[in-house]
Amino acid sequence: MKEKRMAVFTWLLLAASLAMCIYGAAAGEAQAVFMKAAAICMECIGLG
Amino acid sequence: MVKHIRKIVQIGWGFLTNAYVKGFLPGGQAIYTGALKRFCVPGMNCYSCPGALGACPIGSLQAALNERHRKFPFYVLGYLMAVGVFFGRFICGWLCLFGLLQELLYKIPVPKLTIPEKIDHMLRYLKYVVLAVLVIGLPLFYRGKYGAGEPFFCKYVCPVGTLEGGVPLVLLNSALRPALGFLFRWKMAILILCLTACVFIYRPFCRYICPLGAFYALFQKISVIRMTVDSGACTDCGLCKKTCPMRVDPQKQPNSPECIRCGECVKACPMHALSFTGPGRKKHAKEKKGEYVS
Repeated sequence: MKEKRMAVFTWLLLAASLAMCIYGAAAGEAQAVFMKAAAICMECIGLG
Repeated sequence: MVKHIRKIVQIGWGFLTNAYVKGFLPGGQAIYTGALKRFCVPGMNCYSCPGALGACPIGSLQAALNERHRKFPFYVLGYLMAVGVFFGRFICGWLCLFGLLQELLYKIPVPKLTIPEKIDHMLRYLKYVVLAVLVIGLPLFYRGKYGAGEPFFCKYVCPVGTLEGGVPLVLLNSALRPALGFLFRWKMAILILCLTACVFIYRPFCRYICPLGAFYALFQKISVIRMTVDSGACTDCGLCKKTCPMRVDPQKQPNSPECIRCGECVKACPMHALSFTGPGRKKHAKEKKGEYVS
């Protein structure tokens, strides 16, 4: 029973995570990730 | 072939996610700037690597938290949670290029260092501190002169960025070399220290520092892909514990936050008492009756 409840929680959390991801992408956050990732990150390479 | 399947997947994934060959050509475009950079890769992979086709999830999370007009980072956090809930630290063992590099360095035949269990146990918590302070806390609360934050982990610690981004970019682009200063030397020192440690300790970065591994570890106990022990088949021989390179006891804690799902214990078990389960994978007969540890 405990196992079943945990499995339900896992799948609900997975669905909520995917919903968050889709909502964020629709709100333009994927574009913000792109803007950062498509330019050389000076901090990451030790020049920033 | 089956024995080496994890290595094949690790190498294949590394090539696949860093397949922008033009980035490695001198005088070419330094990094990939196409549409795939909207998507994060699941493992540590610097988005300033000349070959990188995707974005680094830890860099993207910090960038989202850094923004002057900050919003809740639904996209990156949702992505990280989804990967964590489905795979747990399976990503660390199978789809992380830096993890593969650490494993290869550990193969160098020199005497290995065994960290005393107590110290090892304490140091494992360091990665959660790195995640909470350098990846989330400081980028969220610290504001510089112009109101923007800083990606503290990427800037001051991340050896992956130095190795995959810093070193090749500096070697391939002479224009960047005059800008090298203290920060680059600091990050190179961390990288050298980390790579040297890898020769003597199995995956020290993953064990003690990696904030992405720490994040995925939070979901390990509930993840879809998980490990189970058939208590009916287990003879308590302790071979799985002896085999585990991450110093986990799979019999007692098959879903330990430290397990990277390398599968060494599954291969080692003579009774086939350990197995991975996930969608579509059948459980042991004993497991179905509830007589199993998970």
